[in-house]
Amino acid sequence: MNEVPLTHILFVSTALFFIGMYGLFTRRNIITMLMSIELMLNSVNINFVAFNKYLFPDKLDGLFFSLFIITIAAAEAAVAIAIIINLYRSHQSIDVDDATEMKF
Amino acid sequence: MSNYLYILWIPLLPLATFVILGLFGRKYFAKSAGIIGTASLLTATILSFVAAKQYFFVDGKVNGVYQKIIALKYTWLQFSPNVSIDMGIIVDPISVMMLIVVTSVSLMVHVFSLGYMKGEERFATYYAFLSLFTFSMLGLILSVNIFQVYMFWELVGVSSFLLIGYYFNKPSAVAASKKAFIVTRFADLGFLIGILIMGFYGGTLDIGLLIEKLTSTQSPEFLSITSASFLGASMLTWGLTLIFMGGAGKSAMFPLHIWLPDAMEGPTPVSALIHAATMVVAGVYLVARLFPVFSMDEAALTIVTYVGAFSALLAAVIACTQTDIKRVLAYSTMSQIGYMMFALGISKNGGEAGLGYMASMFHLFTHAFFKSLLFLGAGAVIHMVHSNEMKDMGGLRKLMPITHAAFLIACLAIAGIPPFAGFFSKEEILTAAFHENKLIYGVALFTAALTSFYMFRLYFNIFWSKDAVAKAHHDHGHAHDDAHDHGEGTWTMKLPLLILTACAIGVGFIPFSQFITSNGLALETHIDVIFSIAPVTLSIIAILLSASFYKTQNVKSDKAVALFGGFYRAAYKKFYVDELYLFITKKIVFPLIGQPIAWADRNIVDGFMLLLANTTAKTSGAIKGFQSGKVQNYALYFFGGVIALSILFIYIWK
Repeated sequence: MNEVPLTHILFVSTALFFIGMYGLFTRRNIITMLMSIELMLNSVNINFVAFNKYLFPDKLDGLFFSLFIITIAAAEAAVAIAIIINLYRSHQSIDVDDATEMKF
Repeated sequence: MSNYLYILWIPLLPLATFVILGLFGRKYFAKSAGIIGTASLLTATILSFVAAKQYFFVDGKVNGVYQKIIALKYTWLQFSPNVSIDMGIIVDPISVMMLIVVTSVSLMVHVFSLGYMKGEERFATYYAFLSLFTFSMLGLILSVNIFQVYMFWELVGVSSFLLIGYYFNKPSAVAASKKAFIVTRFADLGFLIGILIMGFYGGTLDIGLLIEKLTSTQSPEFLSITSASFLGASMLTWGLTLIFMGGAGKSAMFPLHIWLPDAMEGPTPVSALIHAATMVVAGVYLVARLFPVFSMDEAALTIVTYVGAFSALLAAVIACTQTDIKRVLAYSTMSQIGYMMFALGISKNGGEAGLGYMASMFHLFTHAFFKSLLFLGAGAVIHMVHSNEMKDMGGLRKLMPITHAAFLIACLAIAGIPPFAGFFSKEEILTAAFHENKLIYGVALFTAALTSFYMFRLYFNIFWSKDAVAKAHHDHGHAHDDAHDHGEGTWTMKLPLLILTACAIGVGFIPFSQFITSNGLALETHIDVIFSIAPVTLSIIAILLSASFYKTQNVKSDKAVALFGGFYRAAYKKFYVDELYLFITKKIVFPLIGQPIAWADRNIVDGFMLLLANTTAKTSGAIKGFQSGKVQNYALYFFGGVIALSILFIYIWK
């Protein structure tokens, strides 16, 4: 079986990361921004898993790291959604451009 | 050696009163502040008398010599093994004597103020300030370390400033308080330099050690301080002269006397306390405290002598022309302090030649009582007629018999008529002067005659002269009502007058030379009747002259004024010393020194700071757009930063 080379996987993860980043910068809807952040986190997960598989096949460090990141991402989503709900209550909107009180 | 630690309570009680009245007085003790202050000071006074009795009669004397006892010494700031600033209590004849003077005069003033200051809005504040002053003065007296003296010296200056400016809504009082503070502060600069010189060469700031080191001609400190010289005078002379400058500032010696007459803007009891009996003799006390060192240096003593004698004469001449009764008293104070100064100046340390020292302290002691009596009497008069000017007074002897009698006795005392207190002390000074320096003796004799003249000019103008009672009744209807309301004042105002009158009569009979001499050994003195004839006769002639001028209204005094003409006018204008100061400050110091410094301050110092501030403001104005409040911009900066750091660490800082 022909193995998929590491570079391909890295390419996917890089693409995923920059797609997430693009979404984070262009979207004004805060929920979409949160989703973009999840994309970026997952690209990192792919990196961890790929490096683990190709460079240290006899170790599990990378896998554990991705597991931790998934857990943290879940917690982060919970916190972020709580913030979003509060933002909606105070601003009647979840558009980040409507929440610019903290400027100079 | 017994325990004198309880003396610590004497200054601490007024301090406690100051803190309590200063913090809570206006709210909680608006009425009772006077009673509290007086009660605490009464305790301190009793303690002082106990201490004096114990020291002078029980255990101060060892083999016939009064010892210097350090009752308490607490090292406060240690600079090096030898140099430290200590706080402590010294018990020796002059400090115990000053304890008695300060506490009892202060007590009399506290009691007098109960009536005099009654109904003042800031009554509690007044008592708080009085307590602060008493505390500082007592601390000064008990100092063991020359730097402790300096600290209390400044505290005394501050409380004097506060009390002179007590009527702070009166511009003249504000100006007077500032003048007093600045002039004495200027003198204190000299004092500080003097302390540093003595400390540098003496290698210690402790008064006892300093005296010990600088009075033995063999010690290395003495050799170094006398061999080092600056502008032709040895450092010992410089150090002592500069210390004397501090003393001259506080004691209002020429040419630093200009603040004292203006200081009369304060409430009259304050003048009695600070500007007659206690603070102004601090300079004399300072010289006396360091007298063993002064006596090692002829030049410094000569300066003390001539400054004292000149001030005594100058002030007496000016006092003859002033019309404000408190100013007359102020100049007479200056003149009497001049006496004490030159008496110290002509003295030697120890033995028969130390008569001047003993006489100076004796005069300080008696003067405190009769001068505070004069001031309190003047206070009672001012309370009655609501004016300081002689022309508003006259014929008051029938209206205020007690004040009249007290004032008369005080005048006789200051004029040196036996058997009142001033006679004895002045006689000792004159005797000392006669033996040491005939010129000084002549000046002193002439000044004594002038003293009698102007004191009785004051007395006759207030209590005799025109029949101004009618004037007071008709012209000042309001004043007249007041006069009938409080008459001579409450008993709290009369009681101090009576007590001080008793002192003015009695304290001269204290065998002072048995207790206080330059070396602690009792000195035998006697009043030589033949010698006393000259001064007493002169005084009586001066009094008679004064009576013929002022007892009834007549033209004789105007004729005398016309006779002296320009001299009179010059004296009336206080010999233009104030104008000279104004000229020096306004025409020389301000434009030549002050303005360039002000320019440098405005343009260079401020300019640098403004430049910093402006640069900061401009930069922040330029970059504040970065804080846009948009979360995505922040994310962008973050990523930009991460990328920049990555590039930095990966490609540049390999």
